Amino acid sequence: MLTKFFDNLRHADIPVSITEFLTLLRALEKNIISINLDNFYYLARSCLIKDEKHFDRFDIVFSNYLEGNEFTIEKILESIPQEWLDNPEHLQLSKEEKELIESLGGLEKLLEEFKKRLEEQTKKHKGGNKWIGTAGRSPFGNKGFNPEGIKIGDHTNGQKTAVKVWDRRVYKNLDENVELGTRNIKVALRQLRRLARQGVKDKLDLDTTISSTAKNGGFLDLKLEAEKTNSIKVLLFFDIGGSMDPYIRLTEQLFSAAKSEFKYLEYYYFHNFIYESLWKDNNMRMNSRVPTAEVINTYNSTYKLFFVGDATMSPYEIGSIGGSVEHWNEEAGATWVSRILNNFPKAVWLNPQPIQYWNSIQSIAMIRELFSERMFPLTTDGITNAVNNLRR
Amino acid sequence: MSEKFTGSEKYVATEDLMVAVNAAVTLEKPLLVKGEPGTGKTMLAEEMARALGKPLIEWHIKSTTKATQGLYEYDAVARLRDSQLGDEKVNDISNYIVKGKLWETFISKEQPILLIDEIDKADVEFPNDLLRELDRMEFFVYETKKLIKANNKPIIIITSNNEKELPDAFLRRCFFHYIAFPDKETMIEIISVHFPKIKKKLINEALECFFELREIPGLKKKPTTSELLDWIKLLIAEDIPPDALREKDTQKAIPKLYGALLKNEQDMHLFERLVFLSRRNSAN
Repeated sequence: MLTKFFDNLRHADIPVSITEFLTLLRALEKNIISINLDNFYYLARSCLIKDEKHFDRFDIVFSNYLEGNEFTIEKILESIPQEWLDNPEHLQLSKEEKELIESLGGLEKLLEEFKKRLEEQTKKHKGGNKWIGTAGRSPFGNKGFNPEGIKIGDHTNGQKTAVKVWDRRVYKNLDENVELGTRNIKVALRQLRRLARQGVKDKLDLDTTISSTAKNGGFLDLKLEAEKTNSIKVLLFFDIGGSMDPYIRLTEQLFSAAKSEFKYLEYYYFHNFIYESLWKDNNMRMNSRVPTAEVINTYNSTYKLFFVGDATMSPYEIGSIGGSVEHWNEEAGATWVSRILNNFPKAVWLNPQPIQYWNSIQSIAMIRELFSERMFPLTTDGITNAVNNLRR
Repeated sequence: MSEKFTGSEKYVATEDLMVAVNAAVTLEKPLLVKGEPGTGKTMLAEEMARALGKPLIEWHIKSTTKATQGLYEYDAVARLRDSQLGDEKVNDISNYIVKGKLWETFISKEQPILLIDEIDKADVEFPNDLLRELDRMEFFVYETKKLIKANNKPIIIITSNNEKELPDAFLRRCFFHYIAFPDKETMIEIISVHFPKIKKKLINEALECFFELREIPGLKKKPTTSELLDWIKLLIAEDIPPDALREKDTQKAIPKLYGALLKNEQDMHLFERLVFLSRRNSAN
């Protein structure tokens, strides 16, 4: 009877194993809990879920299992950030944006296509009256609503620098648990290690012990030394969302490898390019930002910097005041990046875009210039080269 | 079944915590406890030991702790030194085997509670190195060729602050409980357990301040239960009347003694700035 529940958990991508499931069955057999739904819920959660970040998913599966329903549209709708519904004026278009849309075939056509897709979407999900309703009220925000992601940018045939506002979407934090295939990256990153003796002297230093024992007339004179540890310090900056979506898996692998390889590792997220603030948690990106100046002042110049991003955007986003896709930036992105590079001489940009496209994209050329050519492809070889550059 | 853990006079256990603890005790599997710092993870083991009347063995993990240190250590250096000095002890190797916390736990006469505190501080490989020992509750001493087996399978409580991910193989062998941040009702219960004589009004005023403070976006370190308890202790010691906490709109908008709640310079500044802004707004 419970196997279906177990199945559902696995389908929801929660890492549960047979062992854990058997544990749950054994616990039930032993009558640990009085038969009561609440207690069963607690017991199942304690047995099967080993990380609080999966609690939410578990709750969804659990309640669905109880109701015997599959996922319903209401559930998905609940995950829409309320602020979009509250402030549709956020999403209104400026003149330039209108021109852009015109160049893509006009707003009418876009919206029509949009609605058509939306309907297809709702048919699949059943009973989606709400979708249309919401769409009618605030059509511009809709891209983010849809977990499948209706990408209006698709109309542009792969040209990724396109419609600004539509790209607003719910970002997910990088999942650092992608262990698969990170070994190569780890090996590459390991090159960056700089071993230094630090901390308590608790290892026997054999050479000095022997020589000082000899000097001591054969009586033992023990010499100890501190263990070697990796003292390299790393700051990572990730471009997140929008055009980076196709590379998310690759980025996760890098993140996961770096996280296990470096003891002093800090990371920040940005969207497309770096401006006056960054953030650490994508769920909180609206209200919990870190000023870039603070990052510059917090870490000293011994930190090595990795920027990870596809560097593909409109040139205004780099060079112009107010060029950001998301907000009005008082200072150009390039200004901020130069500030960062002045403070941290050791910095590289890792780009997941295949290297053959680099020359045809203007923003990539601009960033390469900013970084004095220190841009490398996000491949094992590229990382190795980047690391070699950082070691110099 | 043996006695169940239902909290103690100093520890308020929620329903889900009790289920997790009792499941772990019955099935003789380790219980992994996570949660914000200051929500009483370590205290859980202490209070369990008190409530169930079992001995508590604490193993505090540091970044330099190795898994084998929990089993035993062979003090070769001491033996070498003794051999130079011609000590008789040197002939018996077992004189130089220093028992670790796990060994101590295994040979305990009655069923003990073993607390492995802050397991995430240790090296990434640390939990993996303990898999077999925690699974079978036995290990082999190579120097003396002896198998050490647990007399009574201990109750194992492991705490983690989430600084490192724990390996899957390890997690699979544990029960897991995440101590969520207490809601207002639980918090009132916790406070009255610690300060039985406290006035209701002070609790309410203090809690309101506290939860408001926690909701300030951008705080580096949100105040938690243990900070709240410290703060209330201070409030009582200084004999501050509940009304003094309420003066939100007046000139004295900064709550008294808030240094006990905010431990971070940036947070203090942020908070002071917010208070300043709200004061200016109310003045207009």
